[in-house]
Amino acid sequence: MSDNAVASSGSTAGTSPAEDEVLAELTAPVPEVGDGGPEMIQLLTPEGQRVENTEYDEYVKDLTDEDLRGFYRDLVLIRRVDAEATALQRQGELGIWASLLGQEAAQVGSGRAMRPQDYAFPTYREHGVAWCRGVNPLNLLGLFRGVNHGGWDPNEKNFHLYTIVIGAQTLHATGYAMGIQRDGDVGTGDADRDAAVIAYFGDGATAQGDVNESFVYAAVNNAPVVFFCQNNQWAISEPNERQTRIPLYQRARGFGFPGVRVDGNDVLAVYAVTQQALNAARSGNGPTFIEAYTYRMGAHTTSDDPTKYRVSAEVEVWKHRDPIERLKSYLVHTQKADQAFFDALEKEGDELAVAVREGCLSMPDPTPDSMFDHIYVEEHPVVEAERKEFAAYHAGFEGEGSH
Amino acid sequence: MGSMTIAKGINNGLRAAMERDPKVVLMGEDIGKLGGVFRVTDGLQKDFGEDRVIDTPLAEAGIVGTAIGMALRGYRPVVEIQFDGFIYPAFDHIVSQVAKMRARSLGKIKLPMVIRIPVGGGIGAVEHHSESNEAYFAHTAGLKVVCCSNAEDAYWMIQQAIESDDPVLFYEPKRRYWDKGEVDESAAPRPLLKAQVCREGTDLTLVAYGPMVKTCLQAAEAAAAEGKNLEVIDLRTLSPLDLDTVAASVEKTGRTVIVHEASTFLGMGAEIAAALQQRCFYHLEAPVLRVGGYNLPYPPSKLEEEFLPDLDRVLDAVDRSLAF
Repeated sequence: MSDNAVASSGSTAGTSPAEDEVLAELTAPVPEVGDGGPEMIQLLTPEGQRVENTEYDEYVKDLTDEDLRGFYRDLVLIRRVDAEATALQRQGELGIWASLLGQEAAQVGSGRAMRPQDYAFPTYREHGVAWCRGVNPLNLLGLFRGVNHGGWDPNEKNFHLYTIVIGAQTLHATGYAMGIQRDGDVGTGDADRDAAVIAYFGDGATAQGDVNESFVYAAVNNAPVVFFCQNNQWAISEPNERQTRIPLYQRARGFGFPGVRVDGNDVLAVYAVTQQALNAARSGNGPTFIEAYTYRMGAHTTSDDPTKYRVSAEVEVWKHRDPIERLKSYLVHTQKADQAFFDALEKEGDELAVAVREGCLSMPDPTPDSMFDHIYVEEHPVVEAERKEFAAYHAGFEGEGSH
Repeated sequence: MGSMTIAKGINNGLRAAMERDPKVVLMGEDIGKLGGVFRVTDGLQKDFGEDRVIDTPLAEAGIVGTAIGMALRGYRPVVEIQFDGFIYPAFDHIVSQVAKMRARSLGKIKLPMVIRIPVGGGIGAVEHHSESNEAYFAHTAGLKVVCCSNAEDAYWMIQQAIESDDPVLFYEPKRRYWDKGEVDESAAPRPLLKAQVCREGTDLTLVAYGPMVKTCLQAAEAAAAEGKNLEVIDLRTLSPLDLDTVAASVEKTGRTVIVHEASTFLGMGAEIAAALQQRCFYHLEAPVLRVGGYNLPYPPSKLEEEFLPDLDRVLDAVDRSLAF
C-alpha cells in the first residue's frame, strides 16, 4: 500500500465530496510533467529499450547478465524492505519512515558504482545506498523506531550515519574528501587505493547555504567528492520551481565543476554517470555534480499527505517511468533473466520482509540509563552526577507495586 | 622558560602539537600567509605547508562543516573563527553535529576537534567583534568549553585541547593577547579541566575566567590596600565546570562575586550561583553576587567601558557582599 493511497482514502473518509469538488478534480488541467529534457543521460527508456550513448556506453559494457540481474535484485529487495517499513510504521512499530519509493534506481545505480574504499554521506532516505554498502536494514529501522539515533559504525561499511539536518552532510563529505587528499589516496593509479566520497542530498537541499558552501570548498580544493542530488521533484510540499530558476545540474558550472543530469529511474545510466564521476574524483580531477532526475512516488514521510499539494495525474505519469519495471522489461526481452529468476527473487523478498519485520519487533528497547552513555569520550562530571541521580531516583521506586 | 604573550603562547602550543602529531591541521580565514588577523598562527603555514595550515574560503559553516569531515577521516582539525561574532553561521554544525555525533554513533566514532574563538570586548571594535557567547556552547551537551587567561595556560591548554578526544571550544581573551607572562615549556602542565586558585584569600572569593581574571587580580590588589583579603579563582574550564574548587573556596570565605564580560542573564554566573547555593548553603554569609555585561546587544565601542565590568564595578560588588 502506498502512502498516497492511504492519504487519499484518509482525506475522503466520512463525507462524500461535493459535486463541484468532483467536477474540479475531473476538469483540472493535467500538470506539465517534466521529462528531464534532451540533456538528460538515459541508457534505458521507460519501456526498457537500450539507448546507445557514445560517452557512457563504456561504463556499462563490462556488466555481465549476472550483474544486471544483481541490479534488479537490489531494486526489488530494497523496495520490499521499504514497503515493510512503511507497513510497520502504519502498525505503530516505527515512529516515522521516510520512503524511498521511486528512487531505487538512483540509489542502487550510484551505490553499486562505489568501490569499497569510497565513502557515502547519506541523508535519511538512502536506504538503497545503505543496502548496496551492506548496512543491515535493521540499523536504519532502529533510528525510525526510536531506539537510537543511528548507532552503526560508519567506518565499517564506509557509510556515514544518517544526517537529518538538510544538507549538512555535504560539508562533512567535502571535509572527508579533503582528508583523502591529505592521505595521498587520490591519483595514484592504484584502483584499490584511490578513493572518493559521494554526498547525497535532495533538490530541496540545494537551497541550503551548507550545500552551496560545500560546492565552493570542494571546487577550490579540487576535492574528490561527487555531489549526488536526487531531484525527486518535491521538497515536502515545495515543487522544483520554488527551489530553482535553472535546472539544478547547470548550477555546477557556476561553481567551477561539471554537472550532469541523468535519468534517475534508469539504473544503468545512473551507474554509468556515477562511475565516470567517481573515476574523475579518484584520479584527481575533482568534484562532479550529478542530478538524478527522479520522483518521490510516496509521501515525504509517513507523516505527510501529498494529496494536499500535488495531483494524482502527476503521479500517474511517473508510474510509467518506474525504475523496476523498465529494467525487468529489458531483462525479459533480451532474455537475460528467466521466470525462475523472478520467482526465486519474489521468494527471497518475502523472506527478507519477514526477517525485517521480526527483527524490528524483537529489537530491544534501550535501557533507561543508556541515555547517559557516549556523550563524551572522556568521563564528564555533570553526566556522571546526573547518571547517579537518575539511578538513585529510580531506586527509590523499587519494591513499589509489589503489594 | 621564557616570557611571551598569550598570542605567542598559543602559537607555540600549536607548533608543539603539530610537531608531535602529523594529523593536526589548522583551518581558518587568513591563518596562512597572514598568520591570522591576530597573528596567532604566524609562521605556521611557512613551516608546516598549505596542506596543514589551510586558508579557507570565507564561510564559517563551511570551515566547521569540513573540519567535521576531516575529523571523521582521522585528522585533528584546529579551527580558527576570526571573531566571536562570526561563529553564528557555524552554530548549527557545532550544536547539531559536533556535539551530537558521538552519541549518534553510540560511541563508535569520536570527533576530536578544537574551535578557537577570540572572545570579548575592550578593543574599540565595530559590531560583532566583541562578544562573549561562551554560555551558548557551555549549555550544549557534547562540547567542552575552556578559556585561557594567561600565557602559560595558553601554551598548555591549546595542546591539551588538541589532545582531547572530545570536541573543545577554546576561547582566547583577545584584549589580553599581548599580555606577557612566564611560560615554562618543560614543566608539567596543570590538568585542562581544573580551575586554578590564582590568589589566595580569606574574606571573599572572586570567580572569573578569560579577560576578567586580570581585572579580578587587580581588584584583589586594590582591596588588599584597604585590608580586604580576596581569593581569586580562574575557572579555566566552563564545561565541565570545576565546581569542587569553587565550592571549597566559598566554604572557606563564605562570600563570592562572579565576574564575566557576558551578560549576567543566563550567563555562566547564573549556573555557578545556582550550584553554590545548593552546595554551600550553610557556608554562605551573603548572597552570591554577579558582575557582568548588561542584558543588551554589545554597545558601540564608545560605550564599552560602561558596559564591561571593570575594577570599580568589581570592588563595588565586593563591598556590597562584605557589608551584607
